[in-house]
Amino acid sequence: MISFSPTEEQQMIVTMAKQFANDEMRKIYRECDESGEIPDNVIDTAWKMGLTSGSIPDEYGGSGGEHSAITGSLIGEELAWGDLSMTMHILCPALFAYPVLEMGTETQKKKYLPLFCGEKYKAATAALIEPRFGFDARSLSTIAQPNGNEFIINGDKCYVPLAAEADFLLVYARENGNSQGFIIEKGTKGLEIGEREKNMGIKALATYELSLKNCRVPKENRLAGQKGCDFNRIMNCSQVALSALATGVAKAAFEYSRDYAKERVAFGEPIASRQTIAFMLAEMAIEIDATRLMTWEAAWKLDRKEETTKEASLVKAYADDMVIMVTDRAVQILGGHGYVREHPVELWLRNGRGFVTFDGMAIV
Amino acid sequence: MIDFELTPEQQEGIKATHEVAKELFRPISRYYDEHEHESPQELIDNIWKRRGEGLFDLGMDATAALRIEELCWGDAGLFLCIPGPALGGAAVFSSGTQEQMQRFLGGFNEGKPKWGAMAMTEPGCGSDTAAISTTAVRDGDEWVLNGEKIFVTMGKRALEDSDGFVVVWATVDKSAGRAGMKSFVVPAGTPGMRVEKLEKKLGIKASDTVTIIFDNCRIPFENILGNPEVKKTETKGFRGAMATFDATRPIIAAQAMGVGRAALDFVKEILESEGIKIRYDTPRQQLTALERDIMEMEANYKAAKLLTLRALWMMSQLQPNSLESSMAKAKAGLAVTKITQKAVEIMGPLGYSRKYLLEKWMRDAKINDIFEGTGQINMLVTARRILNYSRDQLK
Repeated sequence: MISFSPTEEQQMIVTMAKQFANDEMRKIYRECDESGEIPDNVIDTAWKMGLTSGSIPDEYGGSGGEHSAITGSLIGEELAWGDLSMTMHILCPALFAYPVLEMGTETQKKKYLPLFCGEKYKAATAALIEPRFGFDARSLSTIAQPNGNEFIINGDKCYVPLAAEADFLLVYARENGNSQGFIIEKGTKGLEIGEREKNMGIKALATYELSLKNCRVPKENRLAGQKGCDFNRIMNCSQVALSALATGVAKAAFEYSRDYAKERVAFGEPIASRQTIAFMLAEMAIEIDATRLMTWEAAWKLDRKEETTKEASLVKAYADDMVIMVTDRAVQILGGHGYVREHPVELWLRNGRGFVTFDGMAIV
Repeated sequence: MIDFELTPEQQEGIKATHEVAKELFRPISRYYDEHEHESPQELIDNIWKRRGEGLFDLGMDATAALRIEELCWGDAGLFLCIPGPALGGAAVFSSGTQEQMQRFLGGFNEGKPKWGAMAMTEPGCGSDTAAISTTAVRDGDEWVLNGEKIFVTMGKRALEDSDGFVVVWATVDKSAGRAGMKSFVVPAGTPGMRVEKLEKKLGIKASDTVTIIFDNCRIPFENILGNPEVKKTETKGFRGAMATFDATRPIIAAQAMGVGRAALDFVKEILESEGIKIRYDTPRQQLTALERDIMEMEANYKAAKLLTLRALWMMSQLQPNSLESSMAKAKAGLAVTKITQKAVEIMGPLGYSRKYLLEKWMRDAKINDIFEGTGQINMLVTARRILNYSRDQLK
């Protein structure tokens, strides 16, 4: 039956995430954006909330909660409201853990999932995006060539979050015409992590280019083993996750510019009492809500294990446009003040612009 | 639990109304567009005969919205011809007593087909509903109504062609402003009320839109909906009108969804017959302009529909939904206006030709951004709510 009400359990997790976002992330996000560093203690605090291990079954050391895209979307929106860089850092291990959880062979699950159930943050990541024009996740330039008991992987990747500190990477490569995932451990010969990237936004998140030069990976490291992974589903999960994060960033920008518009006086009254500004805010609010509901619907389909490619790509494209519209307007509403780094809206605009690029950089 | 699964009853309802839309509405859709003001009598008789099925007992919840979408997918103008209390019923429902509901709505499934209507707009005021000048003066056990109402949807059917009623908004004390605004039920055949001027419209031509004149029109005292007293601080009557909108706006949004989806389905069908597939799994920068357009249309349809279902769900949960109703209506009105206009553009000569229904849907769609509050008024309501501003703070 149609319902828009999260469960009590979801509401509890959301409250927790919201509090963390407000009390921890919002205090330091500007500093982190300027320095490019996120303090370890913040990440550890987030890790203790069990956002990743919570969805891992008892038998692999987790707390056995249900892995749900809806719950993940709810949490993702709250965290991204706090700060996008920190959110992507916190969720980064899931880029590796969730595909293994959902699709991995029993051996893969046994080997890797317990690593994400410890006290300390465990860095792991995924490498999907490639540094070229016309990048298409379903038609990768990185190639995995079968060779006896191994795959030989060649290609270049970029926007790989936490590649330098990650112990395990899930590298996506084209094999026999399809995109497949390959588990590569840190230090594997032929895996070269490049310089940390410098991007317009998400500056506190460490992302890297990397290259794979005749990198040899054992056959059993192919995600989901012989039958291979359902790459479509991984992409869909990622698009839904990113839509939720975009909603969070947009909500932050909306709230800030709304409050500003109510305080800022021009021509004797708050600028919010003029329809030019008020209608901008109304449209922002409508589009944020619309995106959230579409995200929930797609997540709901994912949770039912139904084919979600259409819903996921529709909401992602919608969210990409929405977050740019909203964050740009937030800057516009603040005018000159929106352009200076004393206010956060310019940061949200820079972060918001990235969503169209961030394919595969978050998963919930 | 967040859930989008339709109940078996909803699924059945969609299926059955879709069948009606396809078999009964679509074949006569063009005819009644070209023969404005002609009554689709056969259709009405048919629906009337089938009223026992419960298919057309359209309330104001998600189940109703889903059926209304299907029916309007068939034809939005013919949908309005379905016998029932419609917006008049919504007004009685949101401000009337149990006794009034029984008295005014009770007989709607008996005897001959009947319609209800609501009269708010006047020549001198549209969206500014608090500025109405139609008066209601108490005279013993009666109210005496005087004034002119325009743009009354289905007013002719309610008052001339059947024993229906109209809910009229009038002021009992002009000096009291909003506090003096009350609503009254005027049954068909009441002396002093007459229907004038049948509007010729851009679309939804199967429906009628009329002017109603009240010239010393007397109705029983107990036909007032809500409290007859005027307290300057109490604006219940006006709020009653607004509460009615909270219920009706998502329903209009559902009507909009039907027209929008008709256009989308048509375009997708033609594309499919041409062997053109929408590549949902392809990066945006590699999509054709056509694919981008279609995806944008589909996403906007989905966005509006989900906002609509949420507004109705909140109402069924007895949560205040004024903000969400206005959001849904603002989004849906604009979305279907754009979807249908884009569809005409995409289809080129097929879109503009009266040989197909697409151009009609574009004309039909536009009303959804106008009646029950224009897109702009709904943006204004939305803006006031999100800013927590009064009407004085945000004009």
